[in-house]
Amino acid sequence: MNHRVVKRTLNVSVLLCLVLASSAVLGLFTGSTGQNPWEVLALITGRGDPDSVTASIIWRIRLPRVLLASMIGATLSLGGLVFQTLLRNPIAEPYVLGISGGSAVGAILGILLGLSRFPGVASFAFAGSMLTLLLVVSISSGQSSVRKDSLILAGVMVNAFCSSIIMFMVSLTRDSRLHNILFWLMGDLSITDQKQVLILFGVLLPCFVVLFLFANSMNLLLMGEDMAAGMGVDVRLISLALLGTTSLMVSATVCHSGLLGFVGLVIPHLLRLLFGADHRVLIPACVFGGAAYLVLCDLVARTLPAHGEMPVGVVTAMIGAPLFIFLLAKSRR
Amino acid sequence: MKPSLDVRNVSLAYGKSTVLRDISFSVREGEFFIIIGPNGSGKSSLLKVIAGIARPGTGDVELFGRPLRGRSRKALARAIAVVPQTQPMDVPFCVAEVVLMGRSPYMGLLGMESPEDLRVAENAMSFTGVSELARRKFDRLSTGERQRVLIARAICQQPRIMVLDEPTASLDLAHQVHIMELMERLRSHDGTTIIMVSHDLNLAAMYADRLLLMRSGKIISAGSPGEVLNYETLERAYGCVLLVDGNPVKNVPRITLVPAHALPPKSGG
Repeated sequence: MNHRVVKRTLNVSVLLCLVLASSAVLGLFTGSTGQNPWEVLALITGRGDPDSVTASIIWRIRLPRVLLASMIGATLSLGGLVFQTLLRNPIAEPYVLGISGGSAVGAILGILLGLSRFPGVASFAFAGSMLTLLLVVSISSGQSSVRKDSLILAGVMVNAFCSSIIMFMVSLTRDSRLHNILFWLMGDLSITDQKQVLILFGVLLPCFVVLFLFANSMNLLLMGEDMAAGMGVDVRLISLALLGTTSLMVSATVCHSGLLGFVGLVIPHLLRLLFGADHRVLIPACVFGGAAYLVLCDLVARTLPAHGEMPVGVVTAMIGAPLFIFLLAKSRR
Repeated sequence: MKPSLDVRNVSLAYGKSTVLRDISFSVREGEFFIIIGPNGSGKSSLLKVIAGIARPGTGDVELFGRPLRGRSRKALARAIAVVPQTQPMDVPFCVAEVVLMGRSPYMGLLGMESPEDLRVAENAMSFTGVSELARRKFDRLSTGERQRVLIARAICQQPRIMVLDEPTASLDLAHQVHIMELMERLRSHDGTTIIMVSHDLNLAAMYADRLLLMRSGKIISAGSPGEVLNYETLERAYGCVLLVDGNPVKNVPRITLVPAHALPPKSGG
């Protein structure tokens, strides 16, 4: 056993788990009602009146929302990490490749058809992301192997095409669904219930495990495709498995949260600077760190506006874009 | 000696352009085998086919009498190690981590190393003289140091065949000799078969047991340096004027480029 890597993975995971736990508690405490922290604390620790209004707000509204935010944050961070490694490109993430856009087209189609969120909209979103993935990969490769530069270019073009389809569908919509779609396009966590959260967890957990099993292959891929192949990595198989798993989990989250940008850029870069580039450490770190990050962003989105709330995508972009520019400048120095 | 590698009627095409046409040759175990030829003659593609990274369109490659086809990448990586032509950029790892990657074909899925893996990596680092660089970032090294690290990584795979694509390109003279001497030592110590692509004909003549000269995806000549390196064959392959005479330090041909201004004026012109 490799004690050095195991120890480091555990240390980093425990540290970020603590960060996630404190963010989650903060998320449960904060909101328009239940400002009495003792009452909330009593409820969380199992004392207090389980039938009170505060109790139902915390367990029925805030807890599912915190859980959803953490799962989506984890997924987007991990998705960004996988794409940055696979394409050896620091600006790659699910959005750059058009995978989020593709699943958004599918999801909006599902919404317009009046389907339920699960499994209707979700499977439309997954179909959309897989179709864009196939499209992007087939545009970018004359042969079967996945090429990185043309993949990015193809992704950008497919993304532009998806945006135009989304805008076309929005322009056809006249009723109340328009507000839903627009809000959702900005990234939105406000519609949540416990059952959705459970289903999503069931989809995401196996994806996280699969990606973790590929951690060392991803390390080897950082040495370049030929060298990784020479060290026993089946580059084509692993690339397709990584792309498939990632688009599955991204499309699963897109139909719950809408389009959330920059989480997949900021968190992997930040964690790489803090803990190094070993994927055996980074993958669990991205899960816990990304989760904590989106819980905190959602907290800001819920509490900052004087009335109501704003889409969490606004917050992630506002924090994410400048931080990303800063990180990029720092890592280049 | 028995052949360690048998290439039989291999052809390879990328789209419509054919890069290898009906290539056949074999390499003996423990041989120092160097592939030469002008740019675009298919040398690097041939190396990829040998290493099992590119699959030939037609033909077969056999390794110790067993075809490459159908073997897992990991099993292949335990038999053949590759040092590609271009060094990787933006490698976020230190030297020891890069060298240890060479043990991956022997590790489980998560790449957790055993004490044995660490020992092999340490030996490989001292063999190529990079032990004192172990904690340095790979990206901070000079080109020559990086090449020695990448070779140590390949040695960690404990391959029976080591495949190198222009390992001495863009290195200074001392490093060129150092790399070639390392390969010669690897061959004589461990009996590793060395298959190398090189542009440096004089270096190739000094170290190779046998040479393979390629042009436009075909074999033009194969044999000992003395057999392959004569000026008719070379001028036909490279299309430039060369002078071939004896090397003063070893009984092999020496190739000198003859620049246009050094040629005697053509008579009757």
